[in-house]
Amino acid sequence: MEISSVEFKQFLYGVIDMVEEQKDYFCELDRKIGDGDHGVTMSIGWQAVKEKLNEDLQDETDIAKLSITAGKTFLSAVGSSVGPLYATGFMRGAKVAKGKDVLTGEEWKDYWVAFANGIQERGQAKVGDKTMVDTLAPFAEKLEEAYAESNDFYKAFEEALVAGEVGMKSTIDIVSKLGRSSRLGERSLGAQDPGATSIYYILNMFFETMKQANV
Amino acid sequence: MKKLVNDPTRVVEEMVEGYVKAHDSYVRQLEENERSLVTVRETRENKVGVLVGGGSGHEPGFLGYVGDGMADGVAVGNIFASPSPDPIQEVTRAIDKGAGVVYLYGNYAGDIMNFGMAAEMADLEDDIEVGTAIANDDVASAPKEEQQKRRGIAGEFFVFKAAGAAADFGYNLDDVVRVARKANENTRSMGVGISPCYLPQTGEPSFIIGDDEMEIGLGHHGEPGIEKVKMGTADEVADRLVNDILADIEITSDDEVAVLVNGLGSTPKMELYIVYRKVEEILREKGISIYRSYVGDYITSLEMGGCSVTLMKLDDELKKAVDHPVDCPEFVQK
Repeated sequence: MEISSVEFKQFLYGVIDMVEEQKDYFCELDRKIGDGDHGVTMSIGWQAVKEKLNEDLQDETDIAKLSITAGKTFLSAVGSSVGPLYATGFMRGAKVAKGKDVLTGEEWKDYWVAFANGIQERGQAKVGDKTMVDTLAPFAEKLEEAYAESNDFYKAFEEALVAGEVGMKSTIDIVSKLGRSSRLGERSLGAQDPGATSIYYILNMFFETMKQANV
Repeated sequence: MKKLVNDPTRVVEEMVEGYVKAHDSYVRQLEENERSLVTVRETRENKVGVLVGGGSGHEPGFLGYVGDGMADGVAVGNIFASPSPDPIQEVTRAIDKGAGVVYLYGNYAGDIMNFGMAAEMADLEDDIEVGTAIANDDVASAPKEEQQKRRGIAGEFFVFKAAGAAADFGYNLDDVVRVARKANENTRSMGVGISPCYLPQTGEPSFIIGDDEMEIGLGHHGEPGIEKVKMGTADEVADRLVNDILADIEITSDDEVAVLVNGLGSTPKMELYIVYRKVEEILREKGISIYRSYVGDYITSLEMGGCSVTLMKLDDELKKAVDHPVDCPEFVQK
């Protein structure tokens, strides 16, 4: 199987719409443990990406360039902690896609593993710290494992998504250890991490895009 | 919640625009990035550049502190969010006078990543040496054993003041960083919140608190503090804040301190002075001398209600830094 820049752009636009729809929900989650602006931050960043896609990137078909520009644009627009994290993810993913308009299933597996590892490295978070890594790490681990078994990217991604969802939900029972919410200690118990949630929605959007494109 | 804004998504841009117009004899916006402001005054060759920055919503922090004796430039972030590396790097280029640049900001994950990336880029792309001093003065935000996790609040003002003076004295980058870090190590703050702020884009309160409650140790983005207690008097609040600070840092009867009673945005100066009155009394009773005092809104949280108390223990070098005159749009000391 192959997925091209056309689908990758569809994915990015899908994320843009999803973030607008879930903006209030992300803020609501963040109010319980942070300053309540996660949805706003994501929206500012992805709206900037939308503008780039509509203008400079309209005719761009190089997946690496699309990925790098999305990351850098997001970073410039938001700063914050999610800015450097997502930018690092998209730039690491781009390395796999250098100069390519189409990637094979195996290359997409490498893309998402690099994406997840980059974020983990940049933020220095571990599983159990109640961050987006609680979704990303089990997702990437399962993706590699399931792909090695089946050589089927679509199926492996589907399984990895389930692992990511379990990870996301695990943050409900974790006391924050990193980031702004870590200062809450015990009071962060019972609240699902907004960063772990939004990354799950993004990964899910990639799957939905594959599904709709019938790849 | 009523707010005097035009478009909630453009509040930072419009504030910066107004600020630069109001104070064009002090600051200008860089063409390369509208979130980069630098002093218009010609700074000395080989003076260490002082760069402050952080999220918006803390006005007069941080843009209000660009001027003589304090910062040479500021990178302005979105509300309560670190600026991205771009504006930081642009300011760095603009204020470097060949002696390097010191970055001063509060201890937050986002700021550390963005300023860290900017410092790496300034080194790689522009060959500018960058030093860093990170404020973590809030005693309520983590226990003493985990001091490195504490967030920076109003004490950042003293770190800016000390570094700005040191740079003016002609210290080299290492010494400016050393003085800034020394200021931070000798500074402790703690705050109390009595009413929330409202983010312009969501209109939602940053935290929920009852009419008869206050939150001890509240962070200046509305992060929950140590405990919610029954609303107390100004004296009770001053007592709690000063005593928690003194339990964290050894300040004895031979010591001299600088004091800052900082308003969080909507607390009248009347109330801040009532709090200061008690702070002075407690310190005097303990034989601790107040070398210099600051009372007012120095680093706020939009319209949050409440205040924080900051003490900086002084030695001769820090006293000299505290005494150094400053001329900024939002802070003047003769």
